[in-house]
Amino acid sequence: MVRQFNGVMKAAALAFVLFLLIPLTGWSKEAVPVAENPEVEKRMLLLTENLRCLVCQNETIADSRADFSNDIRREIREQIKANKTDQEIIQFLVDRYGDFVLYDPPIKPTTFLLWFGPVILFVFGLGSLIVYLRRRRVQIEDVSLSQAQLEEAEALLNEDKKGKNV
Amino acid sequence: MMRYLIPLFAFMVLAAFLLVGLTLNPRQVPSPLIDKPAPKFQLNHLHQPEQIMSSDENLGKVWMLNVWASWCVACRDEHPLLVQLARTGIVPIYGLNYKDERNTALQWLKRYGDPYAISIVDPDGKVGIDYGVYGVPETYVIDKKGIIRHKQIGPVTVDSLEKTIIPLIKELQQQA
Repeated sequence: MVRQFNGVMKAAALAFVLFLLIPLTGWSKEAVPVAENPEVEKRMLLLTENLRCLVCQNETIADSRADFSNDIRREIREQIKANKTDQEIIQFLVDRYGDFVLYDPPIKPTTFLLWFGPVILFVFGLGSLIVYLRRRRVQIEDVSLSQAQLEEAEALLNEDKKGKNV
Repeated sequence: MMRYLIPLFAFMVLAAFLLVGLTLNPRQVPSPLIDKPAPKFQLNHLHQPEQIMSSDENLGKVWMLNVWASWCVACRDEHPLLVQLARTGIVPIYGLNYKDERNTALQWLKRYGDPYAISIVDPDGKVGIDYGVYGVPETYVIDKKGIIRHKQIGPVTVDSLEKTIIPLIKELQQQA
């Protein structure tokens, strides 16, 4: 009786384990490309990877799921289909949203600090380090003791040893 | 003495930069459209969809273009101010209903009041892109020659109206 029950339980457990495995057999289909034209999509992706989404500011337009980015992607697709060059498309966006949309901003007076600031800081830091190290070396070399001072130091050290021995 | 003052001074410079940084809003991206001609548009009215408004109709007067949508929560905050401003008659406000549905937009206006001289619709956000819209609500002040003079990103506030927008409008209205 008990043995029979155990058998039923085992079968049920096995069935349950098999059931859990079902999703692993994979019923998903291969992802279908969203765009009807892969060429356009490829160019659009290349372009949008260097453009900033203004709504979620640390994402590219290519990555972002914001509505704003959807609209810009659609706009870029349309412009690619209208045979606009990459430069024309980027200029179109810069005209409307400013250099801020570019992850690679152009070098001009307003962006000098952005481009050269790190270099200036580095040069300044390196200069400070060199000056500091030189000064320190001079200080170390400056220390020289006379014979009398050396003897005095030795006497002090010996005194200390005696003190500890007591 | 200098040894101790230099780090203190460096810290103070850094702190000053950070302090200024706290007051800046990274969402306020300066628009390149300021002092440029307002992009032209031909859009259907919201109330009478068969009618079309062209941006050229407003040449010769100072006007405000307010971009709004019924799904936009911040629009609700600024709306009473716009209704009040419209009542004063200082400046005509035109509403650009951005990526919205007609019926909900109409209901929204009925519920919260309609400050707009004319409401026009931009269902797919195309005109929005031309104006560099990225965060509704946005409000533009456009002068008599059709040049954008000011852009407010986010809701207008009592402060921005009194300190910036209304003085600017009065100044622009005096120009020929």
